[in-house]
Amino acid sequence: MSKSNKPGVKIGANGRNTKGSSYGLSPARFVLYAFLILAACFFAIPLLIILMTSVKSMDEIRAGSIFTLPSAITFEPWAKAWSGACTGLDCKGIGPGFLNSIRIVIPGMLLSVLIGAFNGYVLAFWRFRGSGLVLTLLMLGIFIPYQIILYPLVKIFSAVGMYGTLLGIIVIHAVLGMPMMTLIFRNFYSAIPVELFKAARIDGAGLFRIFVSIMLPLSTNILVVAVILQFTHIWNDYLLGLIFAGRENWPMTVQLNTLVNASMGEQEYNVNMAATMLTALPTLLVYFLSGRYFVSGITAGAVKG
Amino acid sequence: MPSFFPRHATAKMVLLPAVLVTLVCFYGTSLWTIYISMTPSEMLPNYKFVGLQQYIRLFHTPRWDTAYANMAIFGILMISGTLLLGTFLAILIDSKVRFEGVFRTILLYPLSMSFIVTGVAWQWLLSPTTGIEHFVRSIGWSDFSFDWIVQPERAIYTLVFAGVWHSSGLVMVLMLSGLRGIDQEIWRASQVEGIPKIKVYLHIVLPMLRPLILTSVVLLTTAVVKGYDLVVAMTGGGPGYASDLPGLFVVSTAFERSNIGLASAGAVVMVVSIVAALAPYLYIEISRKDK
Repeated sequence: MSKSNKPGVKIGANGRNTKGSSYGLSPARFVLYAFLILAACFFAIPLLIILMTSVKSMDEIRAGSIFTLPSAITFEPWAKAWSGACTGLDCKGIGPGFLNSIRIVIPGMLLSVLIGAFNGYVLAFWRFRGSGLVLTLLMLGIFIPYQIILYPLVKIFSAVGMYGTLLGIIVIHAVLGMPMMTLIFRNFYSAIPVELFKAARIDGAGLFRIFVSIMLPLSTNILVVAVILQFTHIWNDYLLGLIFAGRENWPMTVQLNTLVNASMGEQEYNVNMAATMLTALPTLLVYFLSGRYFVSGITAGAVKG
Repeated sequence: MPSFFPRHATAKMVLLPAVLVTLVCFYGTSLWTIYISMTPSEMLPNYKFVGLQQYIRLFHTPRWDTAYANMAIFGILMISGTLLLGTFLAILIDSKVRFEGVFRTILLYPLSMSFIVTGVAWQWLLSPTTGIEHFVRSIGWSDFSFDWIVQPERAIYTLVFAGVWHSSGLVMVLMLSGLRGIDQEIWRASQVEGIPKIKVYLHIVLPMLRPLILTSVVLLTTAVVKGYDLVVAMTGGGPGYASDLPGLFVVSTAFERSNIGLASAGAVVMVVSIVAALAPYLYIEISRKDK
C-alpha cells in the first residue's frame, strides 16, 4: 500500500482510494446494510413463522402469538397434514395430493420442455416463408389470460374424453406452456453460430439428426433452466389442476386450499401450516439447489427482445 | 451454391401440429368466447346473436364493478410497489455488499412459491385473531387494530401487500442484471465530475434500464390479469365480494353459476382493458427505442 502526497488518500493495491473502506463502516454503508437486513427480515419472516407454527401444539398456539418461539417442537402436525387432515370429503391428508402433483409435473414438464426445444430449434434454423408469423402467433399466446380460453378448452377436452383425467391435465400444461418454452429455446438457438448448422447440413444431416446429435447436446444449460421453470410453474399451478385434473388427481395446491379454506369446525393452524410447508418444499428446494439456473430462467423468460 | 433456405417441407410439416394446436387452443377458443359473449348462453351454449346485451348486463352487475375496480387498484399498486421495491433492492445489492448471495437468495425465494402458499401464509399472518394484530395487542398495545383482511374496504390492499412480497424478487433480479450491465466508465466519469450519486441514478441509470422496466411491467401485468390463485387462497374474494377480481368473477360465473354468456363478456372486457392499458405504454416505449 502506498501513500500519495495528499493527506487522507490511500491508494491501495487495486489503484483505488481505499481510505476508510477496508475495515471501517462509513455511515452510508451502515444504512445500506440496515436497509438490506430489514428487507431480508420482511421476506424471511413469513416463512419462519409458518415453520414455527407448524411445529407447535395447538395449546401453544392458543396461548401465544405468531412470533412466540416454540417451546417444545412436535412434528405431529406434519404427520397429520400428510395423512390425516381433511381435504373436502376425504380425510387422507395431502399426501395423495403430493403424489398427484408428482404424476402431473414430471410428464408435463418433460413434454413441454421437449416440444419447446424442438419447436425452438426448427424456428431458429429452418427459416421459411411464414416462420416469423408462426413465432409471433406463439409469442402472443403467452399473454392470453386463461380465463378467456378456459371454458372452450373444457369443452374441447370433454369432446375428446380427456377432461378430468391425468392425461388431460398433462396435455393442458404442455399446450399452455408451449409458447413460453418455444420462445426460450428459439432465443437460445438463435445465439448458436449458424456455421455449425450449415456444416452439419453439408455433411448430409437432416432436420431430426441435427437436433438430436448436435443441438440437444449443446443445450444442457438451457434445458436445465427450462426444466426448473416448468417444474416450478406446473407444481405451483392451481386453476388448471382444479378444473382439468379430476377429483382423484387434484394436485397438492388444490388440496392445500381446500384444507385451509374449506374445512368445517375448528381450524388446526399447526396442521394448516405444516400442509403449507409440505406444498412449498419441493419448489423451495429446487430454488435453493439451482441458484443461478433459477435466475437464468427468469431472465431468459423475460428478455423477449 | 445450394440455397440454405429452400422449401423446407420437413420443417413446415414438423411445425404443423404445434401451429394447429396453437390456433385451436389459443385463438380458436378466444374467438369462440368472444362470440359467446354476444349470445344469451347460460349453462349451455346458445348461438343466437344478441349483440352487446351481456355487456350491458355485466356493467349492471355490482360484483363485476367491484371486481373491475379492484383490478385497477390491485394492478396499479402492486406493479408500482413491486417496481419500486425491486429496483431499490437491486440498487442496494449492486453496491458491492458482502454476503450478496445470501441477500439475493432471501429476497428471491418467495417467487418460487405458489400463490396459494403465499395467500395461505399471509392470510394467517394478517388474521386479526391470531396474527399481527393479536401479537401487537399481546405486548401491551391493546387498541392496535390491523384487521384489513376482514374489512370490505381494505381487503384488497392486503392482496397488494402479499403480491409485492411475492414478486419484488423478480423485479430485483431483472434490474440487477441491468445494473450489472452498465459500463463502469459511467460511474468513474461521474465520480470525476463530482456528480452526486442520486443524480446519476435518476438521470442516467434509470433511463438506461427502460427496457427492463418495460419487461417487468408487462410480466407483472400479465400476472395481475391472470390473478386468481392469490385471491382464492388469501381472502376467497371476500369478505363477501369485496376483494373479488375479474379473473375470479369469470371462472366462478362460468363454472359455478353456469352463466357462460356473462362470464365470456367479463373475460373479453378483461383482455380488452389490459390491452388498452398496456398499448399506449408499449407504443411510447417502442417508438422511443427507434429514436
